[in-house]
Amino acid sequence: MFQTVLLSLTEGFGKTLEIFVLTLVGGIPLGLLISLGSMSRCKLLSWPIKLVIWVVRGTPLMLQLLIIYYGPGLILGNNWWGSGASGRFTAAIIAFIFNYACYFSEIFRGGIEGVPRGQREAGQVLGMTGTQIFFRVTLLQVIKRIIPPMGNEVITLVKDTSLARVISVYEIIWNGQAFIKSQGLIWPLFFTGVFYLAFSGLLTLLLSWTEKKLDYFKV
Amino acid sequence: MALLEVKDLRKNFDSLQVLRGVSFEMEKGETLSIIGPSGGGKTTLLRCLNFLEIPSAGSIAVGGKTIFDAASSRGLSEREIRQNRLHFGLVFQNFNLFPQYTALGNVSLAPKLQAKERPDYKQRRKELFEEIEEKSRELLFRVGLGDKLNYYPHQLSGGQQQRVAIARALALTPDVLFFDEPTSALDPELTGEVLNVIRQLAAEKMTMVVVTHEMAFAAAVSDKVLFIDGGVIAEQGPPEQVLKNPAEERTRQFLRGYEK
Ligand SMILES: Nc1ncnc2c1ncn2[C@@H]1O[C@H](COP(=O)(O)OP(=O)(O)OP(=O)(O)O)[C@@H](O)[C@H]1O
Ligand SMILES: [Mg+2]
Repeated sequence: MFQTVLLSLTEGFGKTLEIFVLTLVGGIPLGLLISLGSMSRCKLLSWPIKLVIWVVRGTPLMLQLLIIYYGPGLILGNNWWGSGASGRFTAAIIAFIFNYACYFSEIFRGGIEGVPRGQREAGQVLGMTGTQIFFRVTLLQVIKRIIPPMGNEVITLVKDTSLARVISVYEIIWNGQAFIKSQGLIWPLFFTGVFYLAFSGLLTLLLSWTEKKLDYFKV
Repeated sequence: MALLEVKDLRKNFDSLQVLRGVSFEMEKGETLSIIGPSGGGKTTLLRCLNFLEIPSAGSIAVGGKTIFDAASSRGLSEREIRQNRLHFGLVFQNFNLFPQYTALGNVSLAPKLQAKERPDYKQRRKELFEEIEEKSRELLFRVGLGDKLNYYPHQLSGGQQQRVAIARALALTPDVLFFDEPTSALDPELTGEVLNVIRQLAAEKMTMVVVTHEMAFAAAVSDKVLFIDGGVIAEQGPPEQVLKNPAEERTRQFLRGYEK
């Protein structure tokens, strides 16, 4: 029995990991774009972006998942996502990426705006190009500033992946819960906690290691 | 011929006229001090000369060659601005050292990036970098920080950071080095070490413009003093005149505030 449970949970955790990785891979670059847009001097660009950020951060991810998955079918009469599991998964990933990109964008914005203007100007009077200033001066300072808040978001994401079950993406909790109905077993559900703890523990270690690596300077 | 010639420089921020026609000249090897009340436009003048702000009107010539003229029809390209900046160096009030680089790294960063533009960069990269590091070390020794080469800015005192900033500016061998109140952010006991470095540079005939509130220092090192008030040079001349025996009432009034 234990093996059956372990196998099922591992499979579910695979899905959880997939959501996690894809959200980061899509959400970080998209978040960077959104943050640049929200800092744009062109109000026609920055204003709508700020509105979207506000809406996305001000409503539950669960609601966004439901709307993104059911919305096209019920409102437009055309279910883009297709009916199968892969369609639900795609919808979930889109919702996660978009939601997290908005959170990331605010962190990036804070990190970029937090670098004093004098840093850029010092580079300029030394004849450096904009690109050189970005890569040689600003970037590492931004990274150092954003690692702690990004760390919090990433740990939150580990747990948020479980929300995907509302549109029947078979992540680890779904699989764990299935044993209650089929076998009357509760311990598989508890056991899912072990996966979460192990994974978030690993990430915490990784984050504090990175923070330590950047400890040699102060911003 | 004057090394630096500034003609009728003006700068507006929207409707606010901050510089209202500043003209002066300086010869190679001269040290010029700029004094004046807060808000008079001293920082803005230095920022315009270093192209951190683009002047609204006027012209700037170095060694007889006009590098900026607001009247010319086309603006400067990014590249031209960068080339122009290399004539000048600027030491900021609050140092603006790059925190993630050591003292040596701060001094050698820009020269290394410059070296990339040389045609022989690919073949001689290692050699060039060694030369640059050697020169950067020498500069740090010159400002008295030979024992702090591998310290990060946060491990240095304000006075030491400002001396690194001076070495960093010198590394690109500017024609004119500008200082914007280089000791204003420092504790009083740390100003001396920075002023001494500037004094030493003056003795070595570095061409410098120093915005300062240290009147005794200005009197001792400068060949010429500009008193800037309300966006214009209200008075200029040798320090004995401007600081000891000013012709203008405004200057007298300003200096009275420094008598103790
Ligand atoms: N970017 C800007 N936008 C609008 N106004 C500005 C800007 N920079 C400077 N000013 C204004 O220009 C005036 C001159 O400022 P500046 O910093 O050049 O004076 P300063 O002589 O250096 O004064 P201080 O001795 O206090 O350093 C001030 O009134 C200031 O508010
Ligand atoms: Mg100033």
